[in-house]
Amino acid sequence: MSVIEKHKKVVTVRFSGDSGDGIQLTGSQFSNTTALSGNDLSTFPDYPAEIRAPAGSVHGVSAFQINFGSQRIHTPGDSCDVLVVMNAAALKANITSLKPGGIIIANMDGFGKKDLALARYDKTSDPLGDAKKSGFQLIKIDVTKLTRESLKDTGLSTKEMDRSKNMFVLGVVYWLYNRPLDPTIEFLTSKFKSKPEIAEANIKAMKDGYSFAIATEVFSERYTIEAAPIEPGSYRNITGNDAVVLAIASAAQTSDLPVFLGSYPITPASEILHGLSKLKHYGITTFQAEDEIAAITSAIGASYGGSIGVTSSSGPGVALKSEAIALATMLELPLVIINVQRAGPSTGLPTKTEQSDLFQALYGRAGDCPVAVLAARSPADCYAMTYEACKIAVEHMIPVIMLSDGYIANGAEPWKLPEVKDLYAIKPPLYRPAENGSDASPFFPYSRNEDFVRPWAIPGNKKTIHRIGGLEKEDQTGNISYDPDNHQHMTRMREEKRDAIAKKIPLQTIDEGPDQGPLLVVGWGSTYGSIKSAIMEAREEGYAVSFTHLKYLSPLPLNLGDLLSRFDKILVPEINNGQLIHVLRDTYQVQVEGFNKVRGQPLKVHELKAAIIEEFS
Amino acid sequence: MSTLTTPSKEKKRKSYASNQEVRWCPGCGDYTILKQVQTLLPTLGVEPENIAFVAGIGCSSRFPYYMDTYGIHGIHGRAPAIATGLKTSRPDLSVWVITGDGDGLSIGGNHLIHSLRRNIDLNILLFNNEIYGLTKGQYSPTSQKGHISKSSPQGSLDNPFNPLSLALGSRGTFLARTMDRDPKHLQKMLERSYQHKGTSLLEIYQNCIVFNDGAFEPYTNKATRNKTSLYLQQDQPLLFGENNRYGVRLDGLKPVVVDLQEEEVSADELWIHDESDKTKAWLLTTFFENNFKDNLLPRPFGVLYSEQIPTYEEQLQIQIEQAKERHGKPDLEKLLKGNDTWVVR
Repeated sequence: MSVIEKHKKVVTVRFSGDSGDGIQLTGSQFSNTTALSGNDLSTFPDYPAEIRAPAGSVHGVSAFQINFGSQRIHTPGDSCDVLVVMNAAALKANITSLKPGGIIIANMDGFGKKDLALARYDKTSDPLGDAKKSGFQLIKIDVTKLTRESLKDTGLSTKEMDRSKNMFVLGVVYWLYNRPLDPTIEFLTSKFKSKPEIAEANIKAMKDGYSFAIATEVFSERYTIEAAPIEPGSYRNITGNDAVVLAIASAAQTSDLPVFLGSYPITPASEILHGLSKLKHYGITTFQAEDEIAAITSAIGASYGGSIGVTSSSGPGVALKSEAIALATMLELPLVIINVQRAGPSTGLPTKTEQSDLFQALYGRAGDCPVAVLAARSPADCYAMTYEACKIAVEHMIPVIMLSDGYIANGAEPWKLPEVKDLYAIKPPLYRPAENGSDASPFFPYSRNEDFVRPWAIPGNKKTIHRIGGLEKEDQTGNISYDPDNHQHMTRMREEKRDAIAKKIPLQTIDEGPDQGPLLVVGWGSTYGSIKSAIMEAREEGYAVSFTHLKYLSPLPLNLGDLLSRFDKILVPEINNGQLIHVLRDTYQVQVEGFNKVRGQPLKVHELKAAIIEEFS
Repeated sequence: MSTLTTPSKEKKRKSYASNQEVRWCPGCGDYTILKQVQTLLPTLGVEPENIAFVAGIGCSSRFPYYMDTYGIHGIHGRAPAIATGLKTSRPDLSVWVITGDGDGLSIGGNHLIHSLRRNIDLNILLFNNEIYGLTKGQYSPTSQKGHISKSSPQGSLDNPFNPLSLALGSRGTFLARTMDRDPKHLQKMLERSYQHKGTSLLEIYQNCIVFNDGAFEPYTNKATRNKTSLYLQQDQPLLFGENNRYGVRLDGLKPVVVDLQEEEVSADELWIHDESDKTKAWLLTTFFENNFKDNLLPRPFGVLYSEQIPTYEEQLQIQIEQAKERHGKPDLEKLLKGNDTWVVR
């Protein structure tokens, strides 16, 4: 029997197994190799909240999904074509992700009686048999046995050999998609530099998995996915959290300012703290604070001293920072707050995604407290928007909240590397009068420029000695003032300063479709990929739908009201119970409908597409 | 006080006073502390532009507004955290934290203990008046148990903190106690706090004339203070009372008051104060309970403990230098590229 070679445009593969099976590593290796082969791609890891849930149990299952193709890819895919399951629990947890007729690659050594019991399958059941009966294609491989056989001469213990199971499977999948092994060989060699025997074992297991797929002809088809039409340039794969780190390092360089990150560990934002902690030589100081409040207030203290103060957290942590965000608003110091949102309220679903902190970002503080709010639309966009957040915070002396979420923070996509020389400048409004000059004019810490921005005078200069604080300040001098008219004036100034940012941000544009018509879909944040895919599919089917995506939520782009007014209907999909929808209604008095899902997951393209089509019925 | 401020000193002091009207209640102990800080600063050889006062919320926390130095009046309890960010990023500055018993030990207790264990070079002045003043008179975490206040009409049920035991338990490296009514000692302790490299905690007994007047009367009243207050001096025996009539000696780990007029005790049998002795410092911080009555332990004033170890920011600087050595100059292009890139043509 010979294997049929086929070409495919788009494929989604989901690797799943126990948290100890190395699924995330397998997935990221497959992603890197796929990117190097020129495909566009999007990935999403799906791991349990428990660090080490009982082995073999359903809530200990870890998964990694990759969607790749010879065309542009905007999401990790609603469902997968190929599901790799290392044990019974992985099948149970992921079978609903598999497309009808899809392929299951099962490690048969993970389907023993004990495995079935741990996965809470009935003793007498045959879940793989049942899956086959439901029309799925089943590829059975004794991965554990074959890996042990492959590595029997290495001198490694059984336990050590079993750690290479994932590489055996990766070898099989590499064969299935006609992929080179070299990138992973290089990776393993470098990763296990100090343990060459482990590197060799992993490489051998992968090669033997590849050979096994050739020799045994377990697959009747093999697929090739051509390179995608991607804009020329240098690319790398990047997660949202890594992109935030790189943007902050870039801002430190272009602004020539030190950065101080105060942070307290929290899922799914901790990688930002980890990443920046490695960049001390970039003028970046990281401080793991005793709590969320110390994290942000230490950043405020550093801002007063002349650093870009940054704090990173997730919704519940940002809630604890509210009072300090208000302090920074009052002090009018630069402050960047990264909120990697997760499903709430309270502890909620810490490892699952949601975009339900928009209200918190816009309104969640005491007093009239205007801050700037930005949102990234994809993993790579976290770079652009975090850099923008740093720029606005510094140039406008204002707290800026940058909203990311668990989906784009952990998800990855190819990122076209920016040219360092093309990064736009960040110009801090530093005020440093000559100390021995004859100019004796007093310093006014709360004077303002044409954008209502006050001067940033940092300690160390004799001529700019001043005090600031959370009490209302007198216009110009910054002295404490209880004067009613002054409070009215200062409240207005803070708002006008925030609103003046609108002059500096891009006007809102239509992403897909005509600039007027029957239906406009308005998105913000991480739903971009799902909405874009749904819109493109609906438009291909002839529906005259347009799409615009907001990255600036406070202030909103100056032309947004006009843009919205040119459509008969507006649909706002969000992974929350309806938040932007209220902002648009409130700001522009327009009729808006919502499409709201709060399942801890990205929006499903097919569900959203159905909702769009429904609007035309 | 006249012994502390000569005309030229007064002129220098005023150069550290801002033009803002001081708005504490007449007779508040805060005035003395402000004056002693303003008097001390010109003698330290550090320019006002290189000094920052950071405060939280409360009566004492208005302090930065009255200093002609840099300063931040922050939010309730967070002064040590704000100061941590400022000092860590600007180790060249002399950073002072002004806090009170409510601000520093209640709402901001967490930040206080963590800055102590990190040993950042901050001078923390804890104005302890055993009451909430700015909110008009509720019991505080240092109020005596049973304290009658607006929020505890039948007496408070809380056991008060022992601030210096707490600070030592937090691995504080400099702990001292003084009082507003003894400006000379206060100034000396301020100076010692400044000189200490690392977090210094100076607890200042400060009288709130409106809501808790006389809270420290036993230590300030001429008739009683001799018997209740013990002034610690390095390498000197623990002596107190009129004409140093009483001494303290250690019976194993138990401090015992001895009446030197009544008992035959030689000087070398008495407890000799050693600021660097942590075990003795532990015991000294426990001179705290019910010590107003005869034959009970006096309250120690002075430096209870002082230990010189590397500060947080010094160690951070070392790590920064190491990172520079290891990685060389920042190369943003290389950083953005990462390890795996590919080119699309």
